[in-house]
Amino acid sequence: MQRTTTHTRINRVSALAAAFLLVLALAVPSAGRAESKLQIMTATTDLASLAQEVGGDKVDVESIARGYQDPHFVEAKPSFLLKLRRADLLIVVGLELEIGWLPPLITQSTNPKIQVGAPGYLDASRFAKILEIPTGQVTRAEGDVHPLGNPHYWLDPENGLRIAKGIQNKLSEMRPIDSAYFAQRYDSFEQRLKQADQRWLADMKPYAGRKIVTYHRSWPNFAEHFGLNVIGYVEPRPGIPPSPQHTVELIAQMKRDGVKLIIVEPYFDLKTPNSVARQTGGQVVVLTPSVGGEKEITDYFKLFDYDIAKLKQAFDTVH
Amino acid sequence: MKRIAVLSAVIFFSAAASAQQAPPAEPKKDVPATQSSVAASEETRMKTLEDQVRTLAEQVTLLRGELKAMRDARSVEPRSEEPILLTAAHVAPGILAPSAPAAVPASPEPALPQATQTQIFGGASSNAKLLNPDISLIGDFIGAAGRNNVSPSPSLELHESEVGLQAIIDPYARADAFISFGETGVNVEEAYVTFTSLPAGLLLKVGKMRAEFGKVNTIHNHALSFIDRPLVTNNLVGGEDGIDDAGFSLSRFLPAPKDWFFQGTAQVFRGDSDDLFQARRRQDLSVVGHLRAYRDLSESTNLDLGVSYARGHNNAGVGTTFDPSRFLTNLYSVDATLRWKPLRRAIYHSFLFRNEFFWSARDQVSPATVFQTEHAFGLYSDAEYRANRRWTIGGRFDRSGHAANANLTDTGFSAILTYWPSEFSQIRGQYRFGHLADPVTTNYSNANEFLFQFLFVMGAHGAHPF
Repeated sequence: MQRTTTHTRINRVSALAAAFLLVLALAVPSAGRAESKLQIMTATTDLASLAQEVGGDKVDVESIARGYQDPHFVEAKPSFLLKLRRADLLIVVGLELEIGWLPPLITQSTNPKIQVGAPGYLDASRFAKILEIPTGQVTRAEGDVHPLGNPHYWLDPENGLRIAKGIQNKLSEMRPIDSAYFAQRYDSFEQRLKQADQRWLADMKPYAGRKIVTYHRSWPNFAEHFGLNVIGYVEPRPGIPPSPQHTVELIAQMKRDGVKLIIVEPYFDLKTPNSVARQTGGQVVVLTPSVGGEKEITDYFKLFDYDIAKLKQAFDTVH
Repeated sequence: MKRIAVLSAVIFFSAAASAQQAPPAEPKKDVPATQSSVAASEETRMKTLEDQVRTLAEQVTLLRGELKAMRDARSVEPRSEEPILLTAAHVAPGILAPSAPAAVPASPEPALPQATQTQIFGGASSNAKLLNPDISLIGDFIGAAGRNNVSPSPSLELHESEVGLQAIIDPYARADAFISFGETGVNVEEAYVTFTSLPAGLLLKVGKMRAEFGKVNTIHNHALSFIDRPLVTNNLVGGEDGIDDAGFSLSRFLPAPKDWFFQGTAQVFRGDSDDLFQARRRQDLSVVGHLRAYRDLSESTNLDLGVSYARGHNNAGVGTTFDPSRFLTNLYSVDATLRWKPLRRAIYHSFLFRNEFFWSARDQVSPATVFQTEHAFGLYSDAEYRANRRWTIGGRFDRSGHAANANLTDTGFSAILTYWPSEFSQIRGQYRFGHLADPVTTNYSNANEFLFQFLFVMGAHGAHPF
């Protein structure tokens, strides 16, 4: 009698489990929808803007991180999974920028197309000129270092162009039928970006060689392209919050070198930069490193328009 | 890789050459003064050799500079055939101030200083290790002071050192292993392979893993909001390791209304999890089911809900007159988490409010030797607030019956303060009060304790669970 009861129970358990699995497996019709547009997800808004430039109306693009968000610290929210699940292509910044949040999203997305190394996974850093690749011993005594180089490389319009070229090649590979369209979009983007870059360089030319301080190491590519000289950082080490001792040293250095400008990303606290500015007679300028950092920055062009206008204005006030 | 090898070879040969040229200098000491002319000619020969070495060294430096330039150039335009540099970028010399960095990208960098020679060798060897998994070690040091008569913990202990090994196995799978070295020995906390490319949106995990039962059960010790686990984990869900067993896990997104995310998980385990589940026979498998519902309330606030079920055999019938296979434990749980994290200030401020409710139905033999099912309930409710980049405060309320004797109910609360020197270490202090029942004597006593913890992370820091 007892035996029978046990068996019945076990059977019931297995039946329950099987039913549950079945429900899981059959609940949703498998994703066989005929999408005419390529679904692109990007890690950041800048890559989204570049992908949109090249893809035009043949693609739907969405970024996981927002432009005013620190791209190192994005939460791996399940709502992103729904979007990643449908993506044909995932474009990432790479260089371990997203190491703290993207890997579990990719794994859990259950989307074979965008797994690392799959054809729908594109690491944009492969196309860009990378700065600050550490040589020799790399330890966390240097803070949250990126052993593969500085991941904020999109802030150089030349890199923007290189990434766009990479995206064009990838899109053409995924949709050969539209390759002429993507090529034409890229050519138009290249032409417009080169024109814009000439304007930006001309705008920045009077300030070439100016020394600045930035909060985080987000601006080496920007500084190199526009001829600025970053001499110090508000953070004592990347990812380490400002310390009193370092701030004192920074103030002394800024006074010595006559540095008046402190660039801060929109996601950092302004308390320390403001106090440094007060003591050095300088000015804090909040520049956004990404598209969408402010409402009016809706694309890659407006990003530089905005940052350069703000920078010009700040240079003119302090000197 | 090849370049580095070539480079290493060049350096090695130049080093070897200088080493070979050194010995002829030795006999010089033994040369008598009368043979000074011979010595002089010897010296000139030495000089020439030295010059040769110097020239060679210079050539090596030059070669290295060229190699570096080549590497830079390649990293600049790895794929595209035609040059896509901006015309405006080719700034003629003199346009920029001399101190400004050159805007021309592929300019060869100056030769590296002498000191970097060894680093190049190091680079080569680390390249050889590129296929190693990401390795990390998390040290968890805990101290305790105060009084606890029911479940005392040591004054000082390296509670565990968790080694994490994570890698992509092949295009279809990745694997994660977490091996914890504790005071009592080594334990494979988790080691499983995840198949990421299955059809129909299925995600399969195979191995030993923490069961998807509620929230706190899935979290590793070092990632908890508090130094300890809530009372209910110990009383109803099998102790610190919770439901952690070998088996299969299958999960899938489920259809959901707009803006909602539903996920279902079904797991089958061997049925051995601490003293919660025990499998005496092969068919004594345990099962776990979990349904998760998630919704973004705004871009900074979200709600995470879950219901869980677990069922397995227990050992209450062993040594009694009853058939041991009749004794089962059914566990139910409901969890709700509210999170707030403003995106513009995500590293400075956040808030988390988490509640979990548990119900345990355990078959056992009563003192009057009657087969009965003991129903015990437990819950915890905790809140955590990040006040600034370095400080987090939190509080927790605990209440839980004992699985084997629901008349005994433990109550407690905790307050915790965490200091983060960086992302990779934490220093914490926790005050814990407990009104705890001794399961043997059934007497209650109060526990007043101060716990402190040092956590440190070495190596690749994996993503934190959400």
